[in-house]
Amino acid sequence: MLNRILSGDYPRSRALSALLVLIGVCLALGPFLFPGVRAFSMLGMICVFIIVVASYDLMLGYTHIVSFAHTMFFGIGAYGVAMSTDAFGSSFWAVFIGIGGAVVMSILLSLLLGLLSLRVKAIFFALVTLAVAFAFLSLVTQLYNITGGEDGLAVRSPRELGPAFRPFDSKVPGFSVIDFIVGLFAQGNIGQAFNDALFEVRINGRHLMYYIAFVISLLVFLFLLRVVNSPFGRVLQAIRENEFRAQALGYRTVFYRTVAVIVSAVLATLAGVLFALINRYVNPENTLNFELMVFILLMCVIGGMGTLYGAIVGTTVFLLAQNYLQDLLRLLVQNAEPGSLFAELAGPDRWLLWFGLLFVLSVYFFPSGIVGQLRLWAERRRERKADKTPSAPTLKQEQ
Amino acid sequence: MSAHDEIVGQQTRPQGALARFAAFRQDKPHIFLLLLMMAVALLMMDPRTWVLLTISGLAMGAMVFLMASGMTLTFGLMNVLNLAHGAFISLGAFAGASVLVWLSGQANAPSLLINLAAILPALGFAMVVAGLLGLVFERLVIKPVYGDHLKQILVTVGGSIIIMELIHVVWGPNEIPVPRPEALNGAFILPKSLPVIGGVALEKYRLIAVVLGLAIYGLMTWIIERTRVGILIRAGVESREMVEVQGYRIRLLFLGVFVAGSALAGMGGAMWAMYREIITAHMGDELMISVIVVIILGGLGSIKGCFYGAVLVGLINLYVGYLEPRLAAVATVGLMVGVLMWRPQGLIPVIKV
Amino acid sequence: MAESILSLSGVRADIDQYHILHGVDLEVPAGELTVLLGRNGAGKSTTLRTIMGLTTVTQGKVRFHGEDITGQPTPRIARKGIAFVPENMGIFSLLTVRENMVLAAVSGPVDPARLDWVFDLFPPLKKFWDRPAGNLSGGQKQMLAIARAIIEPRELLLVDEPTKGLAPAIINDLAGAFEQLKQQQVTVLLVEQNFNFSRRLGQSAAVMNDGGVVWSGPMNDLADNDDLQHELLGLGLGEHQ
Repeated sequence: MLNRILSGDYPRSRALSALLVLIGVCLALGPFLFPGVRAFSMLGMICVFIIVVASYDLMLGYTHIVSFAHTMFFGIGAYGVAMSTDAFGSSFWAVFIGIGGAVVMSILLSLLLGLLSLRVKAIFFALVTLAVAFAFLSLVTQLYNITGGEDGLAVRSPRELGPAFRPFDSKVPGFSVIDFIVGLFAQGNIGQAFNDALFEVRINGRHLMYYIAFVISLLVFLFLLRVVNSPFGRVLQAIRENEFRAQALGYRTVFYRTVAVIVSAVLATLAGVLFALINRYVNPENTLNFELMVFILLMCVIGGMGTLYGAIVGTTVFLLAQNYLQDLLRLLVQNAEPGSLFAELAGPDRWLLWFGLLFVLSVYFFPSGIVGQLRLWAERRRERKADKTPSAPTLKQEQ
Repeated sequence: MSAHDEIVGQQTRPQGALARFAAFRQDKPHIFLLLLMMAVALLMMDPRTWVLLTISGLAMGAMVFLMASGMTLTFGLMNVLNLAHGAFISLGAFAGASVLVWLSGQANAPSLLINLAAILPALGFAMVVAGLLGLVFERLVIKPVYGDHLKQILVTVGGSIIIMELIHVVWGPNEIPVPRPEALNGAFILPKSLPVIGGVALEKYRLIAVVLGLAIYGLMTWIIERTRVGILIRAGVESREMVEVQGYRIRLLFLGVFVAGSALAGMGGAMWAMYREIITAHMGDELMISVIVVIILGGLGSIKGCFYGAVLVGLINLYVGYLEPRLAAVATVGLMVGVLMWRPQGLIPVIKV
Repeated sequence: MAESILSLSGVRADIDQYHILHGVDLEVPAGELTVLLGRNGAGKSTTLRTIMGLTTVTQGKVRFHGEDITGQPTPRIARKGIAFVPENMGIFSLLTVRENMVLAAVSGPVDPARLDWVFDLFPPLKKFWDRPAGNLSGGQKQMLAIARAIIEPRELLLVDEPTKGLAPAIINDLAGAFEQLKQQQVTVLLVEQNFNFSRRLGQSAAVMNDGGVVWSGPMNDLADNDDLQHELLGLGLGEHQ
């Protein structure tokens, strides 16, 4: 049964499985495990960006297509919903019209990109997507009357998905694990720590929206697992390994590549829709920015390209770091003299510097990302164990 | 005639005006496109505005050429995609600006000669800083990933982030105003006696940028066409392996070209700083889009293509910026897409990509 | 046989993940023209490329004048006095003939006396001096490729199938050029499929098959022995051009 759900693509590493289960539980029960607005908002972002990064991995990791236009499709989804609710009011119909329009536009644009990749070689393609994404960003920023320009648009999401909606009046208890552990260390009294960790959750529309995002994220991920383990996915991987050979085998690689780009684009659009509904505000900076594109790239690579599970791990690690690394750095420079080199280098605003450094180092030394590395270690452990057992000799297969 | 032009070889003279026009469009697409663009623009605005915009467009083109020339050579010769190039532009801008601020005494003097005592060090310093960073960057960051385009993209994007953050560390996170030297301010006024365009004010700085751009283009073309190093570069663009077989250590040539390209990017950045009079660490990112359009438009590895591409990008930016400012960026990228559909290798292809 | 200027012992080489050479043993005597024969895919071109350092040697040694040059970078190997004319000629088609020759003169400006000698051997090069090399015909390109290899004195020439696709008249001109090189005591290792050409010029011969040398000796031993030819090359003397 698990085999069918995961399409036969297991984590293949106990550490990884544990990590995934942990993340899964945290996301599934998130609103009841982590109190506070900041944590709740981050949970939502993790769910949304898992979709973004996993769909990006389909292109980057499985087909070796480098595209810098992913944020463009994300933005199309977000702005689609924003503009349609702005125009048609905050009903579900407006939302669906927005989704429809956004998806159509994404398909058209990704077809254009696919067509361009026909005319130019792969390395051109990356640069071309960069330029096209920039042109789109510029357009959105300039057309103030339609898109709100740099100020952006507020998303008038349906009432049922907002904070005012109360499906049931009773409060649901929540238990903060972190506070519990901290409380244990601080006071040593289990009962006291337990009580302190309890908090109340008033279920409202935002929780409903969160769980919609969570479920969609889960379904999209399982869908992508199915895609990459299907015959279609295998052709993509063949193209990744050696496009010429794939062509020689009779596959119309342009078709496969274009489909990969379209699927990836539509999923990113979907993620943008969810983002708009959760965040309830879109502007060029939080949807179309080049910095965001780089973040997606970082998440994909740090998690592990070509694994899909890397998207889950990479997104979680990155978003946690982005949020809490700054706090850590702030702690670090608390006692340092302001203006000194140390304060400048280690200050909370410079978190990106260290993350960038980490990223570059990981490309050199851990090119397979967190997931890839965990799987490698697991495989080595398995091989060592197999060598030790005095049973039938293992068949070492040629790579 | 340079060897560059003779790719097509000798052909029989085409008969008839239409055939000659078609041949012209085929053989010299860069000039054709340039003339076409200038003509269409002239039709859409009055001549005085056209003159102003054309000069400004040429100035922008000259500066973008400086920035882009390094990248096209690096990619053409070494097959290395350096997406941190924009960070070099930013760095050059900040380095140059610092010198100008430091030498503000000389910069504010009304005499051009005294100004030069500030400008030349500023440009020089920008080139040296960017060039040095290029040296370190090539050895440390790029060399381990030669031949792997995917990793190059990842690593240089990461490197770009790091460099820009370091700019923040050294110069602070805010934008910095750049004092343009006094003698470069102001404009020449065309004599009123001239028909149509009499009395038009041509900004001094833009003219100087054009002159400098042309001078550098001339210098680069001379080096590429007439010197042994130039022959090596052109040979290396065609076949790295054969250059090594002849006995040349092409890796050293690579390093030299990369450093030179970075220095040029730095100079372009410093020039841009004096043009815009305000800089931020992320200016390199925006300019990179123009650089990318230029090198794809012009043809990778071709200095001539880079120059014409830059001119076209500068002009279309200014023309559309005037006619419909909101579409300037879209028009630039649209130009690239259009040319790609027409000429997938760029206007003056040197290597087959 | 003269002493070896170049020797390969047990050389195994790969291209990407493919094993091409499976242990090549070859001695190239100094001052002679040695022909490397064999069917397509036997590994002849790869052997030349391996000597030049263009492939990965996984085992074995390549020695030039007794010095171990295995695994050294190509430019350094070239500078030791080894010139290489690859199968596709490797000329720079976007450069003029003049520029090709300027590049080939690694040590400095082109020596006018030697250039005159090259023009004597290959008159078309003088005629097309300022034209792009890409405009030359196949035979003329081959002339340029060889001219580049000899414009400066070299001790060892590695030439890969120079007569491929050329008209008999041009082949004659090439043979004349090689004769002159032989007179100058230049060592040549020539890969050839054209047996007549090989027989005419070669003093020593080596035959390759399946990534290894299966026979080596004086050329006459091979040329006079029809059975041996048939066994090693799969044909008789009369069947090859």
